[in-house]
Amino acid sequence: MLAGAAALTLLVMVLLALAFRRGGAEAPGGRRAPAGLWLGGLGVAMPTTLLLLLLGSALVVGERMVARAAPERVVIGASGHQWYWDFTQPGADGPIVTRDVMHIPAGRPVDVRLQGNDVIHSFWVPRLAGKMDVVPGHVNLLRIEATRPGVFEGQCAEFCGLEHARHRFRVVAHDAAGWAAFQRGQQP
Amino acid sequence: MTPVARHKALTAIWGAPRGWRGTLCSVNHSDIGKRFILAAFAFFAIGGVLAMLIRAQLATPGSAFVGPEIYNQLFTMHGSIMMFLFAIPMFEGLALYLLPKLLGSRDMAFPRLSAYGWWCYLFGGSILIAALVMGVAPDGGWFMYTPLSSKAYTPGINADVWLLGITFVEISAIAAAIEITVSILKLRAPGMRLERMPLFAWYLLVTALMMIVAFPPLILGSILLEVERAFDWPFFDPARGGSPLLWQHLFWLFGHPEVYIIFLPAAGVVSTVLPVMARSRILGYGWIVAALLALAFLSFGLWVHHMFTTGIPHMALGFFSAASALVAVPTGLQIFAWIGTLWQGRPQLRLPMLYLLGFFLVFVLGGMTGVMLAMVPFDWQAHDTHFVVAHLHYVLVGGFIFPMLAGAYYWLPHVTGRARVPLLGEAAFWLILVGFNLTFFLMHLTGLLGMPRRIYTYPEEMGWTWLNLLSSVGSFIMAFGFALFVIDVALQVFLGRRSRRNPWGAHSLEWAMPVPAPAYNFASQPHLADDTPHDGPLAADPGLPQRLARGEGYLAEARHGWRETMAVDMGSGAVDHVVLLPGNTRLPILTALVTGSFFLALLAGLYWLALLPVVAVAALAWRWAWVLGGRAAIGPVSIRPGQTAPTHREAAGAPGWWGSVFLLVADATLLGSLLFGYAFLWVVAPNWPPPAMIQGGWTPALAAALAAAAAGMLLARLAATASQEGRRPAARRAAAAAAGAQLLAAAALAWLGAAGLPPPDSHAYAAASWALLAYAALHALLAALLAAFVCARLGSGHIRPGCGLEPAVARLFNDYAAAAVLIVLACVLAPALLP
Repeated sequence: MLAGAAALTLLVMVLLALAFRRGGAEAPGGRRAPAGLWLGGLGVAMPTTLLLLLLGSALVVGERMVARAAPERVVIGASGHQWYWDFTQPGADGPIVTRDVMHIPAGRPVDVRLQGNDVIHSFWVPRLAGKMDVVPGHVNLLRIEATRPGVFEGQCAEFCGLEHARHRFRVVAHDAAGWAAFQRGQQP
Repeated sequence: MTPVARHKALTAIWGAPRGWRGTLCSVNHSDIGKRFILAAFAFFAIGGVLAMLIRAQLATPGSAFVGPEIYNQLFTMHGSIMMFLFAIPMFEGLALYLLPKLLGSRDMAFPRLSAYGWWCYLFGGSILIAALVMGVAPDGGWFMYTPLSSKAYTPGINADVWLLGITFVEISAIAAAIEITVSILKLRAPGMRLERMPLFAWYLLVTALMMIVAFPPLILGSILLEVERAFDWPFFDPARGGSPLLWQHLFWLFGHPEVYIIFLPAAGVVSTVLPVMARSRILGYGWIVAALLALAFLSFGLWVHHMFTTGIPHMALGFFSAASALVAVPTGLQIFAWIGTLWQGRPQLRLPMLYLLGFFLVFVLGGMTGVMLAMVPFDWQAHDTHFVVAHLHYVLVGGFIFPMLAGAYYWLPHVTGRARVPLLGEAAFWLILVGFNLTFFLMHLTGLLGMPRRIYTYPEEMGWTWLNLLSSVGSFIMAFGFALFVIDVALQVFLGRRSRRNPWGAHSLEWAMPVPAPAYNFASQPHLADDTPHDGPLAADPGLPQRLARGEGYLAEARHGWRETMAVDMGSGAVDHVVLLPGNTRLPILTALVTGSFFLALLAGLYWLALLPVVAVAALAWRWAWVLGGRAAIGPVSIRPGQTAPTHREAAGAPGWWGSVFLLVADATLLGSLLFGYAFLWVVAPNWPPPAMIQGGWTPALAAALAAAAAGMLLARLAATASQEGRRPAARRAAAAAAGAQLLAAAALAWLGAAGLPPPDSHAYAAASWALLAYAALHALLAALLAAFVCARLGSGHIRPGCGLEPAVARLFNDYAAAAVLIVLACVLAPALLP
């Protein structure tokens, strides 16, 4: 996408430069640019073809990111507040609620059930997935997955008032043993 | 009459008195246009200073320059000012100033309306700036998402300032849109066919039509949110069946077309200036017009791309993603049409061309990132980061400010009558270009490194420090560039040497007049032959300006103190009638002041007191319409030797009729948006079905409302027919009865609500139903007012047989009111009638 954008920008700039070079060299008036080539070809056919290709691939990538039933799936509740996050993880003896730190197992798909309470927030852990809004009155689902154990930074991405800048949280991805321990209520 | 005597006589008719009296009463399009441009630039400077403060805050991590309370006001006001107080009014000003000149006409169709729009804009903008100075400016983002902007989370008046101030300003946008549309369709030089008119007029026509449809959703959203804040009607409160997403839909239904509403006029400037710089004609006139229509159509189908992360199903997103990407095709077509134009001409690198090259670079880059963001998976990451900030500035600065600066240098000699001072403009260009790219190119990277938008500070360890510092440095370089531009313009105005006529060798009609432009534009209006090229007649006919000054065109006679201009058939441009435009008056400023006091009363929470200005506005509107036209018949008047035409009140299809039609189109869009909201809440919002629905006791009210509205419509039609046939007493009786019937309809609607509906603050369902009833009742009252006006005018003898305009407009509004009552009742009663 980046290379294509750079190439197209370069194409426009080169065509512009050539227009000035040619313009200086030739006799006044009397030259016609073929409308079919400029408008039908470069103006319509080229962008349409490129965009359709791009759209097709984006749709395929997007479909792969949509949350679907998976056997290994873990569902974790996340609710955004001004200005903290509450997470509800499944534990061995019922749900475990944590504030501002979310615990997930690494290597397994996790569906985050996003629930809003006051204003709109947006759940975003850049290393794990795209963002999804937390809208009061609606429940949204976001599929995330950490490929390795570790700590990942999260940030509210929708302007939510005074302390929006500090509306952050952390995601801790555990290996299988760590996750089991967490679920038993042993804080690592 | 000699040209000098004609100039004096026409200036006496079309000009304004000197000094502040003239300032308060002028309705001339050149005056109003220049004021819009100057004020828009002043607001641009204020918005720019806010941007400087934002950049100063973000230049270093953990900065203590301003806290979040101030910072949130800064970015909210920066966005709101640039969108509503700079970009739209700047284009309106350019259109008001240029359009009649491009079309070979003497003024816009509704001069008093432009003046009214101007004062509304000035007063509304001033309310916002005053709030900024007092530290109570809006702080919920320029997009005002609910529930953050609802009473619970913004208890102060900050959000009310935005909702009321912006709505006040939007009056000027709707006024300008209607005026531009009607002026282009009706007030062209005779012989100018629609498909031969200057490309710039096409751009403005499409833009104005888009505005007529795009602004009502925003206005409706603002009204609903203000009603929620003031009276607790829960349209957006999920606990009582509202939805925060409804606000987002209404906002972006406006917000995305808005981007094209800003871009298209600027693209029109490119299409006008670039061929002149290339000493050529635009390549593919027909292709470009088709692209504009496609763009206008597509731009209404992609608002959801601002909402990719709100949880809408992925396949639905696919549709909006495709529309968002495909909108690049008509834009790309224009880019290649422009480059092709340069290829076929002999381009010169003069200052406007330099800015156009800057436009190409910046705008094409913005378009590329736009296509990237249209891809849903990419957007899920980049959404609400500084990447989007970079993208939108590339699009808006590239797509609006660079072309507008090109246009400024191109048309300044027309406004000032002077040539520019060399070299300063080039220096300003390079400062702006380099500063802009330094600021915003780096912001792409900051965004990809994960920096979200709208955060007032960030910790050092995020690694955004250097990029932010460089962006801030760039923004100050850009600011110096704009300061230099201001100095350059000031030097030209005060010190530049006299410019010759038509300094660029352009072919279009605005250069067929002396510079600076006289108040009346053309001493006589040109006739355009069928084979006139679309870029204007001056290439084939260089002697035209002199012949027009000698009075060898239409309406060369300065008579009776009339402001006369020709109206033509929409398509063919054949002579239709002569429009007698109203002259200078203080009605616009007075009406705007009263309108402003309405908004101020609401802002202060004095809701009962706010009814007073409503009555006053109705009285002023009555006066406004009353002072037009006299009691005596005029008959056909001479328009040039051997040719006569009727005046507008005695002709069919006068501008006033078409203005009413387009106003009702905007109005119907508002109703459509309200119905969309009603249905949307029904289907999507939580906590439905409501605890109480419409029930019992409404049948007699329904029958009364329907019968009264239908009677109003039939009686208004009867009045129009009787007046046309000269049966004045019968027409008066019918008009009076129509007014009475519409009053009854309004009362019956209120009765129906009281009898059957739960209270409006109980649930979003009840609130939406009450809003629908209020809409219908308001339109019944409006129809009653118009019918009463016709009755009074028949009585005073202003309406004679053959003077059909006023009864026809009253009939139109009565028809509309009846239709609105019928539709509203069907929707409000649907839950009671359906199983």
